[in-house]
Amino acid sequence: MTARLGGFAVVVIGLALFPLVSGNYPVKLLQEILIWGIFAMSLDLLMGYAGMVSFGHSAFFGIGGYVAALALARSPGLVSALVLPALAAGLIALVIGFFSIRVSGVYFIMLTLAFSQMFYAYTFQVSWLGAEDGLVGIPRPTVPGLDVGGLRGFHAYLLTLVMLTALGLWRVVRSPFGHVLRGIHENEARMEALGYAVDRYKLVAFVIAGVVAGVAGSLYVQFNGSITPDAFFWKTSGEALLMVIIGGTGTLGGALLGSAAFILLQSLVSTYTERWMLILGATFISFVLFAPGGIVGALRGRVGLRA
Amino acid sequence: MPADLFAQALNGLAYGVLLFLLSVGLTLIFGMLDVVNLAHGSFYMLGAYAGLSLIAATGNFWVALLAAPVAVGLIGAVIERSCLRPLYRRGPLDQVLLTFGFIYLFEDLVKWIWGGRIRSIPPPDLFAGSVTVLGATIPSYRLFVIVFGLVMALLLWLLIERTRLGAIIRAGVFDAEMTAGLGINIQRVFTAVFAFGAALGGLSGVIAGPIQSAYPAMGVTILIPALIVVVVGGLGSLKGSLIGSLIIGQAETFGKAWIPDAAMLIVYVVMAAVMLVRPQGLFGRPLK
Repeated sequence: MTARLGGFAVVVIGLALFPLVSGNYPVKLLQEILIWGIFAMSLDLLMGYAGMVSFGHSAFFGIGGYVAALALARSPGLVSALVLPALAAGLIALVIGFFSIRVSGVYFIMLTLAFSQMFYAYTFQVSWLGAEDGLVGIPRPTVPGLDVGGLRGFHAYLLTLVMLTALGLWRVVRSPFGHVLRGIHENEARMEALGYAVDRYKLVAFVIAGVVAGVAGSLYVQFNGSITPDAFFWKTSGEALLMVIIGGTGTLGGALLGSAAFILLQSLVSTYTERWMLILGATFISFVLFAPGGIVGALRGRVGLRA
Repeated sequence: MPADLFAQALNGLAYGVLLFLLSVGLTLIFGMLDVVNLAHGSFYMLGAYAGLSLIAATGNFWVALLAAPVAVGLIGAVIERSCLRPLYRRGPLDQVLLTFGFIYLFEDLVKWIWGGRIRSIPPPDLFAGSVTVLGATIPSYRLFVIVFGLVMALLLWLLIERTRLGAIIRAGVFDAEMTAGLGINIQRVFTAVFAFGAALGGLSGVIAGPIQSAYPAMGVTILIPALIVVVVGGLGSLKGSLIGSLIIGQAETFGKAWIPDAAMLIVYVVMAAVMLVRPQGLFGRPLK
């Protein structure tokens, strides 16, 4: 426990000091990893702990992003940057969750996928959200005492949020609530028989994951200054899914590792070849076939560690 | 105006029939193997591109219509044997994830081989013009698609309900282990069904070519409506696949004509309504 917290602190300090020793491009890459890491962690809460494999997680990423873009353009404060996107994503997650948790397994996959594509189709068509060009020129929020507009200021802001999210999610999965989720994953019928309101637990997990994904989407907008309907596209969900699988499901740290592996691989491979998606697909297929535990699973197997 | 309405209905029917050809493969594979094949859209795309090349090489649409599905079916057989089979013991989610990886692989492969541009595919000479039916003028190729799709539906029904092979498939869907116990080589049936489903995906790609052209994202674009069809109709049900396709085909076509701004939404409203009343779909087996 203390060793874990110590390790966590070391990693955070290392990430915080990174901009002091590196150029601008690696810092931007790191920030992208962190943002996608939040998104992947939120999906892992669903997949790895509650056993709900969602192919429509982009819905909340996109909602968070679009709400942040609209709100920040009017008043660039923390309410616009974090509170409103989180609330909106949570609300949408409540609605989508209400429909989706009625079914499980492959039906759940297809329903969540269809819902996220509904948002894609809508944002792609309507002019008030910029249709397929999306919303551009979004200002970053003003945070008292911090220059979020600059690279280092944004880094501190982002890292704080990542740290809080990671700790928050860690608390959730360690709590009695988290144990119930894992119980549902293992044996849903049994949890039901034990008297747990399984559907309510699933819905709460779905909403929490939606809120966190919404924050990730908002951070993505703040990072890029723009958002397009692609945020809702199935590929956004797919990439988060790849990160979770590559990193190792059911381990929040794995989601961050997977995000790092994915983005580093992407930037590395795409400098050498255009065939990035081909290599990505093949990598993913190999992981599913040969290393279903992901990077973390492989490391545990090698070192003999147990969670 | 009624003629206009009728033309819309025919267009919707053509689209619905196309969705049927695609989703029936999806539903067959699910019924037999319990795998939701997310790469099904990729098979559709591969079919369209294989058709494109075959038409260019032979100058004959009908050769392409016959050969492209065979090629896609072979690819399906290879995937089932090499990648899916080791996963059957691990549960359905790993299989879904695996097929998801193939989406990336195939989309990039197609870009590599054929380039990223939209490529139009000419309809066969026989159906190059347009016809007027009851005052509604539509391309004669669409009429061909409607007839072809409905004939295919009939043939598939006969295959599954009236032949020995169909009986084996139905038995396998019902209880694969028991069927194996009766001396049926169920592994081979699995491969055959997956290959057949993939071939149907490829076939619908060739059929769609002259209507929708070929482009790398076509597979994932069509995957969503196909999934909605099976959600509405019920996974694993042939009848559900047909009825679901026809409903979604009409809903989308009339949506586009009447309320262009919310055209796509209508389809989702239909889906949500069905989900609320019957979570297993119109003709699906009740959920456990």
